[in-house]
Amino acid sequence: MIIPNQQLETLTVNPAKEINRTAPLKKVMNNHTIRIENLNVYIEDQHILKDINLAIPEKSITCIIGPSGCGKTTFLKTLNRMHDETPEVKIKGKVYIDDLNIYEKGVNVIDTRKKMGLLAQRPCPLPMSIFDNVAYGPRIHGTKRRKAINHIVIQYLQYVGLWDEVRGRVRSPASRLSIGQQQRLCLARGLAIEPEYILGDEATSSLDPLSTKIIEELFIKLKEKYTVILVTHTLRQARRIADYIVFMYLGKIIESGPTEEFFNNPKKQLTREYLSGSFS
Amino acid sequence: MKYFEEKIFKIIMIGAAVIILGVLVYIIGTIFYKGVPSLTWDMITKVPSGGFYLGKEGGVLNAIAGSVFIIIGSLAISLLISIPLVMYINFYLPKKSLFSNVIRFSLDILFGVPSIVYGAFGFALMVYLGIKVSLMGGIITVAMLIMPIMMRSLDEVTRLLSRELPDALLSLGSTKYEMTKVLLRQLMPGLMTAILLAMGRGIGDAATVLFTAGYTDNIPSSLGQPAATLPLAIFFQLGSPVEEVQNRGYASAIILTVIILILSFSARYFSSKFSKNKI
Repeated sequence: MIIPNQQLETLTVNPAKEINRTAPLKKVMNNHTIRIENLNVYIEDQHILKDINLAIPEKSITCIIGPSGCGKTTFLKTLNRMHDETPEVKIKGKVYIDDLNIYEKGVNVIDTRKKMGLLAQRPCPLPMSIFDNVAYGPRIHGTKRRKAINHIVIQYLQYVGLWDEVRGRVRSPASRLSIGQQQRLCLARGLAIEPEYILGDEATSSLDPLSTKIIEELFIKLKEKYTVILVTHTLRQARRIADYIVFMYLGKIIESGPTEEFFNNPKKQLTREYLSGSFS
Repeated sequence: MKYFEEKIFKIIMIGAAVIILGVLVYIIGTIFYKGVPSLTWDMITKVPSGGFYLGKEGGVLNAIAGSVFIIIGSLAISLLISIPLVMYINFYLPKKSLFSNVIRFSLDILFGVPSIVYGAFGFALMVYLGIKVSLMGGIITVAMLIMPIMMRSLDEVTRLLSRELPDALLSLGSTKYEMTKVLLRQLMPGLMTAILLAMGRGIGDAATVLFTAGYTDNIPSSLGQPAATLPLAIFFQLGSPVEEVQNRGYASAIILTVIILILSFSARYFSSKFSKNKI
């Protein structure tokens, strides 16, 4: 669950009965989790993220919602250190992933990113074949044997339900797939590096309703093995698939908690206004 | 009045288009009209014989070979320098880096330097290094001439690349080098365009090779020998008082044009072959 840290214990021991999804709440405090302490992010002189304190429970779907420009994507990027590429971004605070503060000196950025599978807003297949797209990650991370690569590619293409569709043409360019298929390919590509966390940055916003549904179903399947963190600005999607919701506004976390509770019984005035659609 | 303006402007635009087409047709028409009768098989298969410049037997194979050698050599050198430089300023340095701005500005200046200055500089450099007038000297000097244009055009296409692909690669845990390798594949068509532009400038330039590659009636067999080039061959032949030789100059111009066309088409063919998997 995504809860300010100080409340974490209470929520951890309180198995949310009204949540109809199975959330392994007890495991929240063990190693495989993301903990964020006093995170502040500045881009040039702008204060983008303000005092973020959050713990994200493992093997569940956490949706980050909020109006455009509230810092959702910036937040997601702090989790796999993609801000390293833009020097004008300053990050203060701690982000613990598996009990390791990834902003500590000497932390290997490649290892950090390897733990995080990122699914971007628009699918962006690599300029190579379908097969090579999935094989790319394992190859750069040292898997050389052809057999092992074949196995990985087939396994993950099957996992995302793409294998039957592309079976006969895995050697053709990935760009020839439909956009929904490309997004699933990108997911398979991300899974092939064997991450522990899946980050989705409005991963369905460029897709048609049918492809969106397939991706959403995949997310639900993914949470059996991975911790999934999604940024979305469709409330309905958050309601459909999330176990936990984090509501952000102007760089602050306004409210967070289990989905049912968040939607049915929001505690803050701002949340109620947002949910009722008075701003978006 | 409104419609009158519209009409006038339309006439100016169409006029401009007609002038450009006219110039093209006139140039091609002239070289073909004067050159085709002299364009014999001998022209492209034989080196000049004793009295070639007085209208006797021979061809310009020496110049064809020299031009092709020089352009291939200088393309190789400038690619080896251009690709790392462009990748560095685009992917390794931050977006608003002072250093990359300095580099881009220097490239603009280098681009504006006239080719005769490169020729003079190349010659001075050769004297300093103790290289004689040779194929090697020509290759180095032409490489200096075409490098700025190659870098600049490669830089332009690289900057147009969206952030998505680099981000996707980095988030998969690629190092910058691994990322660059994939991006280069994506940039292949742009790279080909850069090569073509550079080649077009390099192969047709006379001033750079005048002092540095020299001129000879033989096909150079090593980097240390002087090499003839087509632009100089055209220059020498057109300067002859003998009409037959002048027409051979036009024939040489046809050969040069056709070589450039062949190289461009083959470059395009290969680029489409290599980038089959591009987005």
